[in-house]
Amino acid sequence: MDENLVLMQGIDKSFPGVHALDHCQFELRAGEVHALVGENGAGKSTMMKILAGIYAKDSGEIRYRGKSVEIHSPKAAQDLGISMIHQELNLMNHLTVAQNIFIGREPRKGIRFWLDEKKINEQTEQLFERMHLKLNPRTKVADLTVAKQQMVEIAKALSFNSEVLVMDEPTAALTDSEIEDLFRFIRKLRAEGVGIVYISHRLEELKQISDRITVMRDGRYIETLSTAETPIDRIISLMVGRTIYESAPEVPEDTDQEIVLEVKNLNRGNALKNISFQLKRGEILGFAGLMGAGRTEVARAIFGADRIDSGEIYLHGRPVEIKSPGDAVKHGIAYLSEDRKRYGLTLGMDVETNIALASFDKFLSLLGWVNDAQTRATAKHYVEALSIKTPGVQQRVKNLSGGNQQKVVIGKWLTADTEILIFDEPTRGIDVGAKSEIYKLLNDLAQQGKAIIMISSELPEILRMSHRVIAMCEGRITGELPIAEATQEAIMKFATQRSGAAQSNGRAAVTSQVGNA
Amino acid sequence: METTTTTPKKSFVRSDATQKLLAFGGLIAMFIVFSLASPNFFQFSNIVGILLATAVNGVLALGATFVIITAGIDLSVGTVMTLSAVMTGVFITFLGLPVPIGVLGGLLTGALAGAINGTVISKMKIPPFIATLGMLYIAKGLSLVISGLKPIYFNDTPSFNKIAMGSVTGAIIPGFDIPNAVLIFFGAAIIANIILTKTILGRYTFALGSNEEATRLSGVNVAAWKIAVYTLAGTFAGLGGVIIASRLNSAQPALGAGYELDAIAAVVIGGTSLSGGEGTILGTVIGAFIISVLTNGLRILSVPQEWQIVITGGIVILAVYADTLRRRRQ
Repeated sequence: MDENLVLMQGIDKSFPGVHALDHCQFELRAGEVHALVGENGAGKSTMMKILAGIYAKDSGEIRYRGKSVEIHSPKAAQDLGISMIHQELNLMNHLTVAQNIFIGREPRKGIRFWLDEKKINEQTEQLFERMHLKLNPRTKVADLTVAKQQMVEIAKALSFNSEVLVMDEPTAALTDSEIEDLFRFIRKLRAEGVGIVYISHRLEELKQISDRITVMRDGRYIETLSTAETPIDRIISLMVGRTIYESAPEVPEDTDQEIVLEVKNLNRGNALKNISFQLKRGEILGFAGLMGAGRTEVARAIFGADRIDSGEIYLHGRPVEIKSPGDAVKHGIAYLSEDRKRYGLTLGMDVETNIALASFDKFLSLLGWVNDAQTRATAKHYVEALSIKTPGVQQRVKNLSGGNQQKVVIGKWLTADTEILIFDEPTRGIDVGAKSEIYKLLNDLAQQGKAIIMISSELPEILRMSHRVIAMCEGRITGELPIAEATQEAIMKFATQRSGAAQSNGRAAVTSQVGNA
Repeated sequence: METTTTTPKKSFVRSDATQKLLAFGGLIAMFIVFSLASPNFFQFSNIVGILLATAVNGVLALGATFVIITAGIDLSVGTVMTLSAVMTGVFITFLGLPVPIGVLGGLLTGALAGAINGTVISKMKIPPFIATLGMLYIAKGLSLVISGLKPIYFNDTPSFNKIAMGSVTGAIIPGFDIPNAVLIFFGAAIIANIILTKTILGRYTFALGSNEEATRLSGVNVAAWKIAVYTLAGTFAGLGGVIIASRLNSAQPALGAGYELDAIAAVVIGGTSLSGGEGTILGTVIGAFIISVLTNGLRILSVPQEWQIVITGGIVILAVYADTLRRRRQ
């Protein structure tokens, strides 16, 4: 047992409404690179944030060098020699590179109050020299590319002389040559006896760099394998596993062939590259992919929430220009955000107001008064039609459950009578019972002739609901499958298909998905 | 990987200095316009008047700069200034303590109010706007309660009035009578600049405003440093209280409301971003001067006082708009 540098056992962690970790375990030896893999929401980041002192575990034990330890804060973790490089960049953009690296432990001179700026810069220079990194310590972080910022993060973690280094998707924003540099460095650290935890979705990368792989799924520990002896297919099938909704897909029958929406060569920076697809009347089109693949960005681009660099959007064969969400709604496109509490609802207001919110102009009487009787009648209609469980239409939305809140959002867009509905993670944070109601609702809507895009990180959900599946990776569409040919394994393969020369696309992707750990 | 040796210089000129140049250029332009418009403007006595008028607001704005760089706000500096003035009066006139002790008492009053602000914000997790709004009222009320609604005069201690209104420079160079209040303001500005750029407190002030969560995750005791920042702002408010009491030779309990807004205006005109992470003391000093030059110049041109206020408002919006344009271009 004592050959382990870190041993985590029986770790449990719940967030409101989610059992994030269920009796999980993890071990790390000195001088190994141990990869941690799993689908979005499998609990990898949560597990490592507990090790790094960012989250408190509910129960379980952490042993460090054989001794039981409690890690209450990031500082406590650092003092033990545990550093974590976060997936979201944690830098202070207004400060220089060197100032960022030494934040919290600046060299001082004279009385403890004075900064020794010269020493900060010198030590950073030395650090960069060891890393073979050409970077001026006096550069402001805001002036660096995302890739360079990532390297600063890594340099910062390394500067702690850590014995345990956790890297959460460190290569998401790096180019191939930068990844090579990083790997060289990781191997050097490994030779020096540092234990490295490497979280990544890029399985072929893990093959190159890791010694062992631990697979997690749905907040549970699955298995720890030797990298050399395990083929990638086996890792994928362990990640995907068997899940709770194995019921037969409820795919509605034939869709008619009218193309409602067509997107051609949509580009936005590094977030979206040449996105083209068609959406038919009465169809549910599933968008699958891993965190940061660019699915939400596609939705936001179509909805006019982000400006696109180039590309065309056609509705019923006619080109349209969508410059703002207001334009999108006018053209009959609705976007139901993955973060409905922030972008979908005004939580403090009642059900009635929320349902009328996107279409108040329908309820205006002369002089611009809102016709209350009419909004109330409409709200009551949808509360019934969608079976929203609420004491009344005057109930504040924040008092409803997640599933019912989602239905209110759906009611809002049905009131606006949009033809195209884009659902972004429609069942996130919704309990199993309410999920099937949402599924039924989506099917009904499709049968009524609405065209639906469903973005989901849950493959079983995609397989159960979609007529067609589009897989994305790093801002590109990497595959399109009719449902008959779609399997979890097939989709996963497309979703992890990196292009040869990956450019930095990290920032947009990462920030839009924060909190998905 | 490309080398980035040239970037820091470029970025310095581009971001921090542009706004300062803009503000400084504005100040110079005002000087020229007012000098041309009226022969009374560019007179030694009038310039001294402008400097003196800037001293109190300037000192308050120094403290506000730190708070605003952390992406916070301190609405209480005006009335905390008043409370500090009143407490100085209590110590010196009511209790008969020596003047230096009274001054120290005034500074500590401000520091204590600031420390309470910081604690309420970082420990009780009350937003800075609300916490310091509460302190605004508390300090205002306490000033009235403690003073018994009446001004406290310093007639028995003539040396107290000399703190602000005496002139060390006049003693050295006859005729060059710059009031001490102005010198204190410049001294305070230099100290503030050193704290902001050379010390650990300054570094964490920027870090907090730039990315508080990242600062926390770096193991920095965020709460403690926030308290320190607000305490510093309170101390400057205390200094403002001492200066204004000395200048008026009395502690006026009803004074002080509105000063916090002038201080914030000075900071903002000086290019410090309300969203945190950037700002300079030099900018704030220039900002404070812009406000008093404007007021003074307009008065000399016989523009009614009401309109002076309207124009100040316009300048604040223009200054921030210029800053927004610059940012968007980046």
